[in-house]
Amino acid sequence: MPRSILNTAVLTSVLALTIGSQAVAQTYFRGSDGDPETLDQHKTSTVVEANLLRDMFEGLVVYDASANVVPGVAADWEVSLDGLSYTFNLRDDAKWSNGDPVVAGDFVYSLQRIMNPETGAKYANILYPIKNALAINSGEAEPETLGVVALDDHTLQVNLEQPTPFFLELLTHQTGLPVHPGTVEEFGADFVQPQNHVSNGAYTLEEFSLGDKIVLNKNPEFHSADSVSIETVEFLPFEDRATCVRRWEAGEVHSCSDLPAEDINRLKEDYGDNVRIAPYLGTYYYSVNTTREPFDDPRVRQAMSMVIDREFLAEEIFTGTMVPAESFVPPGIGNYVEDSPRFDWADMSMLDREDAAIALMEEAGYGPDTPLTVEISYNTSENHRNAATAIADMWSILGIETTYNVRDASAHYAMLRDEKDFDVARAGWIGDYSDPQNFLFLVESDNDGFNYPAYQNPEYDALMDKAAAETDLDARAEILAEAERMFLADTPQIPLLYYSSRSMVSDDLHGWEDNIQNVHATRFLSIAE
Amino acid sequence: MLSYAIRRLLGAIPTLFFIITAAFFMMRLAPGGPFDQERALEATVMANLNATFGLDEPLWKQYVIYLGNLVRGDMGPSFVYRDLKVHQILAIGLPVSIKLGGMALALAMLVGSALGSIAALRQNSAVDYGVIAVATFGITIPNFVVAPVLLLVFALYFDIFPAGGLNGWQSYVLPVIALSLPQIAVVARLIRGAMIEALRSDHVRTARAYGLPTRMIVIKHALRAACLPAISYMGPAAAALLTGSIVVEQIFGIPGIGRYFVQGALNRDYTLVMGTVIVVALFVVIFNLIVDLLYALLDPRVRYD
Repeated sequence: MPRSILNTAVLTSVLALTIGSQAVAQTYFRGSDGDPETLDQHKTSTVVEANLLRDMFEGLVVYDASANVVPGVAADWEVSLDGLSYTFNLRDDAKWSNGDPVVAGDFVYSLQRIMNPETGAKYANILYPIKNALAINSGEAEPETLGVVALDDHTLQVNLEQPTPFFLELLTHQTGLPVHPGTVEEFGADFVQPQNHVSNGAYTLEEFSLGDKIVLNKNPEFHSADSVSIETVEFLPFEDRATCVRRWEAGEVHSCSDLPAEDINRLKEDYGDNVRIAPYLGTYYYSVNTTREPFDDPRVRQAMSMVIDREFLAEEIFTGTMVPAESFVPPGIGNYVEDSPRFDWADMSMLDREDAAIALMEEAGYGPDTPLTVEISYNTSENHRNAATAIADMWSILGIETTYNVRDASAHYAMLRDEKDFDVARAGWIGDYSDPQNFLFLVESDNDGFNYPAYQNPEYDALMDKAAAETDLDARAEILAEAERMFLADTPQIPLLYYSSRSMVSDDLHGWEDNIQNVHATRFLSIAE
Repeated sequence: MLSYAIRRLLGAIPTLFFIITAAFFMMRLAPGGPFDQERALEATVMANLNATFGLDEPLWKQYVIYLGNLVRGDMGPSFVYRDLKVHQILAIGLPVSIKLGGMALALAMLVGSALGSIAALRQNSAVDYGVIAVATFGITIPNFVVAPVLLLVFALYFDIFPAGGLNGWQSYVLPVIALSLPQIAVVARLIRGAMIEALRSDHVRTARAYGLPTRMIVIKHALRAACLPAISYMGPAAAALLTGSIVVEQIFGIPGIGRYFVQGALNRDYTLVMGTVIVVALFVVIFNLIVDLLYALLDPRVRYD
């Protein structure tokens, strides 16, 4: 139990009793993984920004405390039978913090702004399913041609290029949040400065001091302000996870959004349920360069995947903060089949897997007399290094000799995208929305920039296209599962672990529900008095 | 002396120009760019970003544009912190770093020279060995060990000081100590060595022969000569201290500019890296000048007229 928070809580309740029933202003000290790169919802890309923007703005739809998609500014909506057109009916009482009503035109303005190439939006591609979005973002069409129309002030129609069953999920992403058009026109890029800032969510921006803190105050104009309990939120940026934990232990912050893996066991021992480790929508994997011999042989890739003891990686290298992977798409994802695909050999014992893998390698022409040399590339990090060392040891049974190539993150990812000068390379993917497509699209053959292994499989591409054209969710899930089975058999990437979110949550902070998106909007939280 | 100082500052301009040019091109040799991170970017998006930041221009043109802006006092927008210009980022963090570093510098000079003088006066005694032991400890135990231990003891166990952030004077105590410990150690050793020599020098012997009181001899005559090596050392050290320390800033959660040296480079935030390089270069130039001027004040043999 963090002492000072408890003391403050006791003190404030005593004060409240003595003064009478005067409400005490509450401040939630919220540990964050670092500074936001921007507070402009159209330039945003990081999780830190997502958390801040979620508190300040409300999109058409939002995540509730358990990360279910629920109505936001849109009270309800209709989807046309062909799945190509969404008509949103906006709430009458949605307001900006300066008192202006939130109207359909604000969303038209915002969506046009993010697609305008001059905005330089890092995540514009999330909304490419909207009609003409890609053409506009590529500079081939005018922003006004975007398939978003305000039928009247409270009715917004969004037309899509093709049916996108996860479109509502996409709108929960921070890129779908509206800007206040008047403020953006008046102040340009400076609309994000606290003195100019106008928002339509539960909180308004009070102060932004880089590296120090970001202070948000409750927005009295918010339509559900009555249900918002916490008055003030201070987001404190922590580059170093251990620093946040120390301040949590000293009672100076209520929650930390990430924890140092090496300290997890102690924290669990000392604080029990305050340590929250929950499944997260992400996969940690090794890309295999499918254009290089002998890695162009699926048998070699499969054998390399089979002999990796993922339990060991999860428990020993990542101290139980990751989950052994049995597939590429993480479990718990939306719009997927009940019994999602797994490795064929997922239930085999390690010994049997090793025997099977050795046999596969022999078939492919590799064995003790013809050893294979593999270079593992990874970006600098102690955990990545430990994992690579352990995997090299597991591969030795196949007669594989391993070397390493370590680069910093920029160099590593630039190499993966452009030169592809690697045998096997570490990478990770955190889903932007809860749909298997968001994982499986990575290795579509025309997906430049994402397809690290340079996987080229027309059958796989055909399945992904088929899934994209399917409007029936169940049928689509089956097609995607078929694609994933093909992926697992071919193993262009070796799935190793599923990510978990790791948080420290004080006993005083109520309403923090673990969920797969790791979203915890402050408006649903409260602090015990 | 004034004309000397002005001549020196003007002479630094070509040096700065060379540093800026070298840094600009060396940085571009590093593989990867500001938009290559764990989360890959879509190809169209990447092209838009490169166009927005002028990265699609040939390198020489980017260099000319950068220099042109710099002459007008514009260090350009940060590639990572997109709501801010580099000079704004530095303006937020630099005062914090200067304040913290300044306090650590003052503490290091005061405590270091006191310890060093005492050790020299009691040469080869227990006190002397004690000071040397402490100094060796201070030099060898790095910041990233000292700082968490200080926090553990004074913030978590005894709850005297806050565990991080900058709220009130209490927040400065532990980071200043962590920053100054290694400097105290170096200054103490330098002062001790020079003081031992100074105490044996002719002018001190003369002062003793005049029958001046010991305190007067030590402070006015011996220390004046003995602090010269420490001052030469403190020039570059001050430039380093005042421009922040990534280790201390991260451990204590302090919003200085130290972290940008490392983060900027890792993120390939080209303009921010240039900004930090320029700041450090300026500080080194200025503090070397200050050291030289102090020499003239302290050492009667040095004159710049």
